[in-house]
Amino acid sequence: MDKNEIITDVLSHDFNSKSARYYRKWRHIKDAATRYLMAFGGISVIMAIVLIAFYLLYVVIPMFKSAAIESIATYAVPGAANAKTLLYAMEEQREVALRISDQGQAVFFSTNNGEMRKTVNFNIPDGVVVTAIAAGDQTEKVIGLGLSDGSVLLFQHTYDVSYPNDVRLITPNIIFPYGEAPIQINGIGEPVTELSVQYDGERATLVAHGNHAAINLVSFVKEESMLSDDVEITREKSVILIEMEKIIDLRLDIEQRELYVADTPGNIYYYNVSKKTAPRLMQKVRAVAGNAEITALEFLAGGISILVGDTNGRIAQWFPVRDDDNNYTLQKIRTFDKQKAPITAIAAEHARKGFAAIDASGQMGLYHTTAHRTVLLEKIDGHALNTISIAPRANAVLVENDKGQIQFWYVHNEHPEISWQSVWGKVWYESRGQPEYVWQSSSASSDFEPKFSLTPLAYGTFKAAFYAMLFAVPLAILGAMYTAYFMAPKMRQVVKPTIEIMEALPTVILGFLAGLWLAPFVELHLPGVFIMMFFVPFGILLAAAIWDFFPDNIKHKLPAGWEAALLIPVVIIAAALSIKLSQPVENLLFAGNLPLWLSQEMGITYDQRNSMVVGLAMGFAVIPTIFSISEDAIYGVPKHLTTGSLALGATAWQTMVRVVLLTASPGIFSAVMIGLGRAVGETMIVVMATGNTAIMDMSIFEGFRALSANIAVEMPETEVDSTHYRILFLGAFVLFVVTFFFNTIAEVVRQRLRTKYSSL
Amino acid sequence: MQSKIKNWLDSGAPFVWLNAGAVSVSVVMVVGLIALIAVRGLGHFWPSDIAVFDYAFAPDSESSQLMGEFIDEETVLRARAGNPAYAGATIKRHLLKTGNRDISGLDFSWILDAGIKHKTYPDDAMVVERREWGNFYGFLNSVQLDGHNLQNNATLWATLEQAITQNNAVFDEIRYIEKNLIGGINYKMEKLRLKERELVLKEENTPVNLQALIAQREALQLAYNSHTATLETLYATLNSASLTATTADGQAVSIALSKVIRVYRPNAMSLPDKVLFYFEKFWEFLTDDPREANTEGGIFPAIFGTVLMVIIMAVIVTPFGVIAAVYLREYATQNLITRLIRIAVNNLAGVPSVVYGVFGLGFFVYFLGGSIDQLFFPESLPAPKFGTPGLLWASLTLAILTVPVVIVATEEGLSRVPRAIREGSLALGATKAETLWRTVLPMTTPAMITGLILAVARAAGEVAPLMLVGVVKLAPSLGVDGNAPFLHLDRKFMHLGFHIYDVGFQSPNVEAAQPLVYATALLLVVLIIILNLTAIRIRNSLREKYRAAEQT
Repeated sequence: MDKNEIITDVLSHDFNSKSARYYRKWRHIKDAATRYLMAFGGISVIMAIVLIAFYLLYVVIPMFKSAAIESIATYAVPGAANAKTLLYAMEEQREVALRISDQGQAVFFSTNNGEMRKTVNFNIPDGVVVTAIAAGDQTEKVIGLGLSDGSVLLFQHTYDVSYPNDVRLITPNIIFPYGEAPIQINGIGEPVTELSVQYDGERATLVAHGNHAAINLVSFVKEESMLSDDVEITREKSVILIEMEKIIDLRLDIEQRELYVADTPGNIYYYNVSKKTAPRLMQKVRAVAGNAEITALEFLAGGISILVGDTNGRIAQWFPVRDDDNNYTLQKIRTFDKQKAPITAIAAEHARKGFAAIDASGQMGLYHTTAHRTVLLEKIDGHALNTISIAPRANAVLVENDKGQIQFWYVHNEHPEISWQSVWGKVWYESRGQPEYVWQSSSASSDFEPKFSLTPLAYGTFKAAFYAMLFAVPLAILGAMYTAYFMAPKMRQVVKPTIEIMEALPTVILGFLAGLWLAPFVELHLPGVFIMMFFVPFGILLAAAIWDFFPDNIKHKLPAGWEAALLIPVVIIAAALSIKLSQPVENLLFAGNLPLWLSQEMGITYDQRNSMVVGLAMGFAVIPTIFSISEDAIYGVPKHLTTGSLALGATAWQTMVRVVLLTASPGIFSAVMIGLGRAVGETMIVVMATGNTAIMDMSIFEGFRALSANIAVEMPETEVDSTHYRILFLGAFVLFVVTFFFNTIAEVVRQRLRTKYSSL
Repeated sequence: MQSKIKNWLDSGAPFVWLNAGAVSVSVVMVVGLIALIAVRGLGHFWPSDIAVFDYAFAPDSESSQLMGEFIDEETVLRARAGNPAYAGATIKRHLLKTGNRDISGLDFSWILDAGIKHKTYPDDAMVVERREWGNFYGFLNSVQLDGHNLQNNATLWATLEQAITQNNAVFDEIRYIEKNLIGGINYKMEKLRLKERELVLKEENTPVNLQALIAQREALQLAYNSHTATLETLYATLNSASLTATTADGQAVSIALSKVIRVYRPNAMSLPDKVLFYFEKFWEFLTDDPREANTEGGIFPAIFGTVLMVIIMAVIVTPFGVIAAVYLREYATQNLITRLIRIAVNNLAGVPSVVYGVFGLGFFVYFLGGSIDQLFFPESLPAPKFGTPGLLWASLTLAILTVPVVIVATEEGLSRVPRAIREGSLALGATKAETLWRTVLPMTTPAMITGLILAVARAAGEVAPLMLVGVVKLAPSLGVDGNAPFLHLDRKFMHLGFHIYDVGFQSPNVEAAQPLVYATALLLVVLIIILNLTAIRIRNSLREKYRAAEQT
């Protein structure tokens, strides 16, 4: 055998042996497995990252969805079918509802099948009928019945919840805070045709209108005697004489201070009844347009706004607005005109500023006033609807049509208070003088109107970014120009990492220094800080000029590119000198106290933790970012361009400005964009170095509240899936989109620049 | 002359100097910042001298004796000082730490320089560091020990120091029993309660099963009783001793030794003593638990929490980051989509950290954690176990936050591996996986480590997302302890960065807390600078290495 044959034999034998084939197969499997593992792992990591944006959206989107309703049951009215329903009410769990009819009967029934649970017949004298009804404050669940003998019966419906055998059992009940006997109100036995009642546990006020041109107002105050357990009731009363044609409705607010009366021609009379013995007419205003008539009048939760429904299907929100002279006038705030048939009834939600309205064409609308939003509009019946009740948690409605049929619907309406307008636009909130941008997410009271305008927060974010960039951009770019182009390589090796390492400095440290050291320092040396802004650059120029006059042999001792080292003592001296000059200047020009002088002479408020402090601290945080990226861009400018320019006789500075900067400008632009993105999203500095008040003011001496700070401060305390929670997610999403936008621009520009450099 | 100036301007030199000035200003700011933190942070542990002096807040008012440490001084204009009674266009004032918060209500006050008279530094001025109410400044009168009242004794001070050392030993023992032994029993008791609940939920609560639980519980209760008995005797020893001291204005005060951590007389200390004391205090700062709403004592739980969180994060982020980078660079087809993904990954590094916090809270804590609770821990509901912010979620959130850093760094490392090496390996018959494992990845290790270090440095300094997903101002127990399963991923933890925010801004006594905040900040800055410098060092040596590989 010759040599080649031996080799072939050995190799082929080895290659085809069982173990070798096995081994090859195993290697192949490992290779494939690695490929799949890497692909799977890689793709899932990338998906996980992308998930962030989608998850934020997933939480945000439900806010902008319309409401949905779900029909649960339809049944005939429980109790006396021939009697007219005056009112429905529901309890917290939407399980039991109450119907009160004009025969003086209260029927509690199950909402999902109409089965009667309890019937209470009121103690009404023979021959007397119920002529009017009024429901008071939702939390007290108080109802007044106006009778044909001029008296009023006041009662409350209550629900006891117990859990026998772990099953919820709701026991409805009726109690009478002022006894079971009706209270005589107008003294002449005239039937009560319109009625409004309020009761807050201590004071009850009844407002009733009969056939005469008068409104009777009676108020009771329960006072517990100091000595015994007796409860003494004081009674105040007055009569309001009226000139209106026919009263169709009247409403007294929860505080029992304001009374609104609507008449047939569409006027609203606004009375101040804080003094029960001396009511005052504040204003008369025509509330409807053209020949429309008022058909429904209802308070919004909280009792500040009144909703006026008319024959054209319009619903308007009105509330008293205080003017500069402290006078209140009733003003129309907003109108909803989606329904076309006459509004038959309006029911306000108990805890939010939303309401439901039904009309004569069988349509039901769900609205929210603050957001000026129609969350739902649906024709739910072929007949006219006449009575509606909304569950206390606004998760169900009960509607009766004029054929005596009850419809019970579940309502899915979690976030009616959000609309584009309420998040970004000016909104006229209750008790405010004009439409405003306000962020005020929570308050102690339950019927508080949340103010979810992200505009002041976005404004704060950009204000902070603006001042930070004002400070950072010149310093970082000028510094980058010098470091990349003029600086001696040895010095560059030290300076560049020194500045870059600051990029990793935790911002909580910058924020804490800004809040606890810089803010008091700036306040104390305010004039000095402003002097410094002039002294430092002029000091540098002066030093340069003096250096130029030095004899050449000294000048040559400093190698080229070490100017910055020479300037360090100059900068320190100039800064120290400015601080030294601060007090004399302040004494001379500003009466020894500049912040005080600013507020007294100029009317400028000075906050210790203000935008200037944030600008300095956050500028400090973004300088390394901008510096590093633009330095890279300038340093990367091909050398043959600069040498060519220098060879043609341009000075170093001319080459810098006309050749290097021009070529590197996209890189510098992308550096600024990335710096801006960082400033927009920065959180800890703005949390710690500002007062975090959501004001919209460009003043450098005042604070602000930024989006990021707002999230960090409010997120831990919000309830999961509430509107507040979702709106904070919206804030985060906005931050995400904005920074992603800036970064993408920067990245695309940078990639283009890279191709450009490599082609040069 | 004029033409000379014009020439100078034309040459562009002034602009170059201005540019140089920008660099100088940046460098001065950076160095100044670190110097500021260092000086204020390190100064805190030095035992400064105690001054005793007469002070009158107005020239004609009666003076009283004050005692304390001078912390700070400033000279302000008259108008800013609230027009004090002393004359002068500028007013010099000192911040004096007077301590004795239990007596005067305040432990710091600004005093006017002009009102200070007869300032002395008596050798017997004493500082008592207490567990409550901050420092006490005064003169030692007597020591009550074992029912004896020791007074005017030459060895009084030595006796006191000895008694305090003994007392501290007892105190440590008490703390050990309370925290580790009794804490462990409580932990086991809670486990038993959950076990019982689990049995009820699974409807396996047979008498046999329950009997076993009851027996275990009784055993624990016995151990608990014996520990409380030991505690009682220890407390009795601890509470028997006290010292009596006089304040600067002559008030006699009695302080129980159980409340005293240490006593010292800084004015009488020599320089080596002071240095020794300094390191002792610094060590205490690093290893002790915080006291008095975090304004005094150490920051050990915060250091521990930070390190633990960062380690868990690193364990999660490294494999995922590396796999994603390898996929992007080695396996995925290079086209528009990979380019877009690369841009997206790059950009995610610039997304504000608070956004990640929001995501972590919504997705990890409420969605994932809530589901885990429902599936695996129904017995502890409605109290959430994982459905509440905690260590695991914080680490995961920061892992997502820092994964772009690792991806970018690893990809850069992969792209630097010379083509020749790859092709050489393939040409010798290695499969792609083998090439990757044996040649490419080992060469990329330094790049991965760089990425990991940068990720760790970023995670250690982040605060905003952590505020949402698991950091608290005071964690009752550490994430690792002696109770099985030893690592408690569901616990909340403390963090250095958040500690700075919390103590500096949420503390009731900011003045007292400030030095501690500076010290904490210094620790964090040093840690992060070291991490970053290491990363830079590795990156540079890596570049050198490849340059060599490419040339040969």
